[in-house]
Amino acid sequence: MLKLFGYLKNYRLEAVLGPLGKLLEAIFELIVPIVMARIIDIGIANNDKPYIYKMGGLLVLLGVLGLAASLTAQYFAAKAAVGFGTQLRSALFKHINSLSHSEIDKLGSATLVTRMTVDINAAQQGVNMLLRLFLRAPFIVVGAVIMAFAVSVRLTLIFLVFTPLIWAVIWIVTKRTVPMYKSIQKSLDKTTLIVGESISGVRVIRAFSRQADERANFKNSTKRLQDKQLAAGREAAVMSPLTYVFVNIAVILLIWFGGKSVYSGSITQGEVIELVNYMTQILLSLIRLAELIQLLTKAQASSRRICEVFEIKTTVSDKGNKPVKPVRNAPAVVFRNVSFAYSGSERHALEGITFRADKGETIGIIGGTGCGKSTLVNLITRFYDTSEGEVLINGVNVKKYPFEQLRSGIGIVPQKAVLFKGTVRENMQWRKQDASDSEIERALKISQAYDFVHEKPEGLSYRIEQGGRNLSGGQRQRLTIARALTGSPQILILDDSASALDLATDAALRRAIAKNTSGMTVFIVSQRVSSIRNADRILVLDDGKLVGQGTHKKLLADCGVYREICSSQLSEKEAAHDE
Amino acid sequence: MNSSKNTVKRLLSGFKPYKMQLAAALLLAVLNVAATLYAPIVTGQAIDLIVDKGLVFFKGLVPLLVELAVTIVVVAVSQYFMTLFLNKVTFSALRDLRDQAFDNLSRLPLSYIDSHPKGDIISRLISDTDQISDGLILGFAQLFTGVVTIIGTLVFMLTINVKIALIVVLLTPLSLFVAHYISKSTFKFFKEQTAARGDFTSFVEEMTGNQKTVKAFAHEDEAEEDFEALNLKLQKVSTRAIFFSSLTNPSTRFVNGLVYAAVGIFGALSVISGHFSVGKLSCFLTYANQYTKPFNEISGVVTELTGAVACARRVFELIDERPEKNDSHLPNLKHVDGSLTAEKVFFSYDRKRPLIEDFSLNVKSGQRIAIVGPTGCGKTTFINLLMRFYEPDSGRLTISGTPAADVTRSSVRRSFGMVLQETWLKTGTVRENIAYGKPDADFSEIEAAAKAAHCDSFIKRLPQGYDTVISDETGAVSAGQKQLICIARIMLSLPPMLILDEATSSIDTRTELLIQEAFGKMMRGRTSFIIAHRLSTVRNADCIIVMNSGHIIEQGTHSQLMRRKGFYAKLYNSQFEK
Repeated sequence: MLKLFGYLKNYRLEAVLGPLGKLLEAIFELIVPIVMARIIDIGIANNDKPYIYKMGGLLVLLGVLGLAASLTAQYFAAKAAVGFGTQLRSALFKHINSLSHSEIDKLGSATLVTRMTVDINAAQQGVNMLLRLFLRAPFIVVGAVIMAFAVSVRLTLIFLVFTPLIWAVIWIVTKRTVPMYKSIQKSLDKTTLIVGESISGVRVIRAFSRQADERANFKNSTKRLQDKQLAAGREAAVMSPLTYVFVNIAVILLIWFGGKSVYSGSITQGEVIELVNYMTQILLSLIRLAELIQLLTKAQASSRRICEVFEIKTTVSDKGNKPVKPVRNAPAVVFRNVSFAYSGSERHALEGITFRADKGETIGIIGGTGCGKSTLVNLITRFYDTSEGEVLINGVNVKKYPFEQLRSGIGIVPQKAVLFKGTVRENMQWRKQDASDSEIERALKISQAYDFVHEKPEGLSYRIEQGGRNLSGGQRQRLTIARALTGSPQILILDDSASALDLATDAALRRAIAKNTSGMTVFIVSQRVSSIRNADRILVLDDGKLVGQGTHKKLLADCGVYREICSSQLSEKEAAHDE
Repeated sequence: MNSSKNTVKRLLSGFKPYKMQLAAALLLAVLNVAATLYAPIVTGQAIDLIVDKGLVFFKGLVPLLVELAVTIVVVAVSQYFMTLFLNKVTFSALRDLRDQAFDNLSRLPLSYIDSHPKGDIISRLISDTDQISDGLILGFAQLFTGVVTIIGTLVFMLTINVKIALIVVLLTPLSLFVAHYISKSTFKFFKEQTAARGDFTSFVEEMTGNQKTVKAFAHEDEAEEDFEALNLKLQKVSTRAIFFSSLTNPSTRFVNGLVYAAVGIFGALSVISGHFSVGKLSCFLTYANQYTKPFNEISGVVTELTGAVACARRVFELIDERPEKNDSHLPNLKHVDGSLTAEKVFFSYDRKRPLIEDFSLNVKSGQRIAIVGPTGCGKTTFINLLMRFYEPDSGRLTISGTPAADVTRSSVRRSFGMVLQETWLKTGTVRENIAYGKPDADFSEIEAAAKAAHCDSFIKRLPQGYDTVISDETGAVSAGQKQLICIARIMLSLPPMLILDEATSSIDTRTELLIQEAFGKMMRGRTSFIIAHRLSTVRNADCIIVMNSGHIIEQGTHSQLMRRKGFYAKLYNSQFEK
């Protein structure tokens, strides 16, 4: 948590004024019992009505001052805490943007979202409460004891015994219940998981008629949840009665020994009331303090999760890279003896890959699941850095490019068709921000998306919902292809991006791409032979190794793996069928 | 309003099984409040015995302090048990509600589940029910003790001193008014904050969740710009919302201070004029401090209550949703030989958009049927009807000579083995997942099924082999491997008929070939329905059904259909086009 305090930097003044205001309020509050004691001991004892009015007025004044101090404090605390959260969000978002695919794989993007939202909110809330309470609550406790000391040294002993005792009760109960609440949360997550699975798996569950088991499973889970809730409740229920008992035992002792002191004349009746008041104030403050500590432990855990992200440094960086000049007449893409292993894995995902792709060529990449096809194209965009060997684009090593220059020259269609909330037009302008409507329409036509976009009354202004929910899988995929094509990139990468298309659309798409992308180097990753058989060059991958490259015809003749793939998909006649 | 009354009534009826505990809790609450209010009176009486130097009546003090001690014990014990009973009632009722809702969910027709977002159903079962327990049940308890406290305080105060009591009564509405005003304006700001936070979160979800796409398009800078704008907006509204919501405590403390001062002044004056004692004054001061508290709590409870009622309505909606018709009185489907007919079946999800029309089909035992056609032609719908996930609007499905509607749904479903394109694995071990359709299978059977589905070797390479815990979301197994496990699931249960809906779409073609072989062995003598994009998978079917917009437009073997040069032939040839 302390590490993150740096983000309060721009709100130093607010962060000081907040607690100070609260401190003032606490001081005013501590004066109230003294004033009341005076009213009783001086005003009543001497029948002095003007004095009572004066002191009463003072009480009202103290209230007003307390309110003013407290409002100022709340304002500055809110401002500082939210400012802290805002700065932290910006910094974390920037940091996440700087991470490479390797780090994102390791963390998982779902956790990153939680850390950006839930965790930062918890940290912000923690700072807010800390600013408001960390001075106030302990101050009231200590202040009340000191005030008691001023009244009677002997009776302060009661305070010195009972304050720690009450604190011990609160502390022990909190300590014991916190892990129980965590365990409750876990059970609740488990219950949520069961519901989620029973919805997403409804067809399978019913196909096997396992509903009764799912119900039993759920009931078990809610039973466990209830047991835990009751157990935690039993622990927590002790706190309030027990502290009440201790405070009131203290009050009984105060009255008894206070009575003795009054009898001997060392204190007054009003002062006994004052002492009783201080005791109650202590109890209230200690309870607040316990709440604060609970909240802070939560904020602490969140802070730790946020710090974890900050601690991860990117392994793929373009820092210091200046825009590069392409080498004239160099091939578009060259792989020179490239090997790659995902971090944490000993096995090479790619091994000793060497090939070149000239400008305007279409390269097909084929191979079984997990053979490294996607990994290979991810190295072109430098989502990952090679373990060995080098990748050159236009004759220059990709590590020398600034990301912006490198990636703006490449249009990539990832396997997962991701679209963003916004209009079709906005989505199409991702690669080229100032792409005109006619440019976009051209891309839509190539990707076979023109018709369905134009059937919408809004056309290019049609609003896509988050995650593209209001489009079908095939439509989403065609739009991601159009997005990559907008602004004519030098290199186009289609990473198995026709899987959701039916055969006829897929064929039309390939025809259009072949016709309209002269000069563009196209990489087509696919499992379907039909998608890549017409490529200028086909790379056949098997378990991370390049086992053949060449045209369809050449590979049929000399590459066993390729022949096998073909024969699993096409009849012999079709495989030889060369058009 | 009337409907929320009904909702509350219904919620209360949920407490019926726990009415003894509830009654006990309420009784203890009354006892607790009474004792809590009585304590300051005793304290005051005790203080009145401590007057001045040499004027302390120790003899009278002892019984009073004993009385105080007893009162304290009563407060503590009653509060402890009240909390226990209340917890018991709350969490039991909550559990009942959840169980009921889930019970009904598992009986709802597929149409409900298909047409409602998953997140929505989950939140009804989890967070809405939580809200009910927090808001309604605990809120109810707070409301009850609050009202009892207010009434009790009033009564006690009035019996001690009417004039000063009236001062307190007149001043407290001020606190109520302030609290109400603050919560009202806070609500507005909170709504703003919720909206801004929602925008912010969905932006982060998009950009961070799809970080790889953002990087692919070098879109980081634009994303940061948009982010800053949303972040600033959030900062503005958050500061406001947090500040305003933090006003409640200081403001009510202030009103409390005013009441305290007023009681102090008038109390002191009354003591001087002889109608009042210092001890009673101290008692009143304690009351003044306690009295405004329940008012604040009640105003907080009201908002919680309305929220809880809204949540309860959502939960009841789920519970009241009409389940699939109970068919337990029907006989089970027996002696499945694999023949199947569809006669003049009509079906649509949405009455305005007819989908399957006049669909008739005759499948002989052991036939291999392939269904092809463009997206949205009704292939998957046909499967939905076969499995009786949906019922035809009219027409009839007959399985092995028995009308499907005359037997139990579960027996129809069990007679099919189904592998879908969208794989589903349960969170659990690999072993449990394969045995999902046959929970009592022993390990050698499971292993044999895994071998048949060609997933035995990769399962053995998993960290704990067959006991590795996997789930739908784990990255430990790839999409293709998930599909293989789903196939093993079917290989184990070996039902008489098979449905393969794009069952091998994520598996590479070489493995697929091996799987096809295994399927081939398995399908021998079994009727099977195959949906596939890859026409190579379809070619060897005994009968290919070509569908387009809900109708069967062609039907026959591969060579027959190629000879017809119709829709199928066009589709087939398109995969070789340049």
